[in-house]
Amino acid sequence: MNPKIARHVYGWLLFSPAAIFFILFTHYPIVRSCVLSFFSNPRGSKPPRFVGLSNYDYLIHDPIFWQALKNNLIYAFGTIPITISLAIVMAVWVNRRMPGRAFVRAAYFTPTILPMIAIANIWLFFYTPGVGLFDSILNALGYPGRNWLGNPDTALLCLMVIAIWKDAGFFMIFYLAALQGIPQDVVEAGKIEGAGRWYFFRRVTFPLLMPTTVFVVFNALINTFRIVDHIFILTKGGPDNATQLLLYYLFQNAFEFWDTAYAATLTVVIMVILMTLALTQFKVLERRTHYQ
Amino acid sequence: MRIPKMKVLFLAMALVAMAAGTALAAKINLTMFYPIAVGGKPYQVINELIQDFESKNPDISVKAVYYGNYDDTRTKCLAAIKAGEPVQLSVLFSIDIFDLVNQDLILAWEDVVQTDEERAWLKSFYPALMANSMYEGKTYGIPFQRSTIVMYYNKEAFREAGLDPEKPPATWDELVEMGKKLVKKDANGQVVRWGLSIPSTGYPYWMFQCFAIQNGLELMNKEGTEVYFNRPESVEALQFWHDLAYKHGIMPKGTTDWGTLRQRFLEGNTAMMWHTTGNLTPVKENAPFEFGVAMLPAHKRRGSPTGGGNFYIFKHTSPEERAAVLKFVKFMTEPINTAKWSIGTGYIATRPEAYETDLLKEYVSAFPAATVARDQLEYAVAELSTYETARVKKFLDDAIQSVLTDNATPKEALDKAQEGADRILRRYR
Repeated sequence: MNPKIARHVYGWLLFSPAAIFFILFTHYPIVRSCVLSFFSNPRGSKPPRFVGLSNYDYLIHDPIFWQALKNNLIYAFGTIPITISLAIVMAVWVNRRMPGRAFVRAAYFTPTILPMIAIANIWLFFYTPGVGLFDSILNALGYPGRNWLGNPDTALLCLMVIAIWKDAGFFMIFYLAALQGIPQDVVEAGKIEGAGRWYFFRRVTFPLLMPTTVFVVFNALINTFRIVDHIFILTKGGPDNATQLLLYYLFQNAFEFWDTAYAATLTVVIMVILMTLALTQFKVLERRTHYQ
Repeated sequence: MRIPKMKVLFLAMALVAMAAGTALAAKINLTMFYPIAVGGKPYQVINELIQDFESKNPDISVKAVYYGNYDDTRTKCLAAIKAGEPVQLSVLFSIDIFDLVNQDLILAWEDVVQTDEERAWLKSFYPALMANSMYEGKTYGIPFQRSTIVMYYNKEAFREAGLDPEKPPATWDELVEMGKKLVKKDANGQVVRWGLSIPSTGYPYWMFQCFAIQNGLELMNKEGTEVYFNRPESVEALQFWHDLAYKHGIMPKGTTDWGTLRQRFLEGNTAMMWHTTGNLTPVKENAPFEFGVAMLPAHKRRGSPTGGGNFYIFKHTSPEERAAVLKFVKFMTEPINTAKWSIGTGYIATRPEAYETDLLKEYVSAFPAATVARDQLEYAVAELSTYETARVKKFLDDAIQSVLTDNATPKEALDKAQEGADRILRRYR
């Protein structure tokens, strides 16, 4: 065989396992969702029929969709800055010689390895009014307890706290790796020049961590749209949609309401959001964050 | 939740199921999914019953798969059917009947039974439980995991408050009056024990039905095509539920979680709770105090919706499989077995004959609370069930939660829910 063709065949053979799975489980569903979003929902013996943009029209006039989108944004912008700040502080803290370093690192990382469903089941009892952990502490200190998850003003916050608790340790690992990549000569130069600790962090460490920060921000952002497991256990989107997030609403439509058409429409919207985020991330990473 | 991963999982499960299917072709293999909506050990009881069945019917093997709450189970079950996995029967929510028929997935049991004895079996259940099990005169659901809502109360708290522990509140007025006496506050004025708690997550519409029924209103028609969310009786009922927290101060403000309420009751954080009778056995086994179980209080009348799961048989089954399913479901609903199931869980034994078995007679005489849910069947009505039931329910759930969190008045909220439900149900009239 012509060696050139053989090389091509070889290449395609190597590529095909991944490609088949990608096409089967990623690309095909994407295309299929787009198509379904232009059809009506099949009911019993009635087959789906083409309805143009009417599903999108319904979406625009669906107050729960807008509420879910708003909640998603609050959730993202409320959790990410805090998660990242905590991750950096924790990383700097455990990136030194100190007794019990391995233990502290492991402790910070533990929430990450627990499944979200397990975490939600634990926190459900932390938040239980009257007898839960938080209310017990508050009562012991003489403060009134709260109906944490049963009040629309606090329910979303409660979910955000869990997300921060779970993710901070995960992102710490990235920062820890980045910190260890900071060249020793820069650190020594800083010392010789007499830079204070805070000054050094602000002017040297933090800028050098920028590529990591960009990476982490976008991943955190994507995660906030992607991970809704705790809502199943904690609030089911309630009270009155106060903790409704897009993906959970999508699930409800697809599997509780059996409305595959509208679920497909929501899928397309979420996909557009995620793709925009991903593409922006690549652009930003390419342009802004090269220091070395 | 990562959707693509789930798909991989389904595929893997389908492959495993196919492999299993070819290996044991001689035997009839049945697979069923079933839900657990409360804690406790339904799992264990089901497994024991199945073992018993298999030892008596060596040519049939039954795989029972527990899959979360009612919604989760239906989701999994339908996905399995779509994926071509063999599922012949399942225990699913009784109120899914309209949608399951409408989707052309289930068979009427009249088309499965053959002998007169089997036909008589279809008529052997409590009539109140059949309300959610029939469609256009045919039986689609066989009552199994069925409940009514009952009031659990802490007798020690009653004594402490100077109330007679053998006289739980029987009317709405008594409920409020006794509830006020049962509220206990600490030195700082913090409530350490509430008078009453009623769950308002998970199944808010179900709890709301109690108030509506007691106020003389059934929330939907038999055909599942109309709901009456914003009738004056309904508005009054929701106002009363709201007032229990905001006016009378006997119930916590905001929504109350379905899953953790039992724990709060067991820890003495609430003197009374309304909950499914499916919680009876776990409460009995874990309560560190003496507790009582009562029918829900009356207003214009007594009442509770029925609830829970039925056996459904799926359409895409072979005649041999249908015969095996019938044998199995008949076994599971034999008086002695429903008695075992009822004792193990607290759910109602679904046929009167079960209460004639020595097993259940003995149990009931030692623990009279076990019959309250059954006795309440006399006043029970069907659980809210319509076409597109989950979506219609959600309109009502949102309305209830917005009122209980004091963000809308009952009238506003229920008008909105009615409008939403009408928009959907119009298509089925």
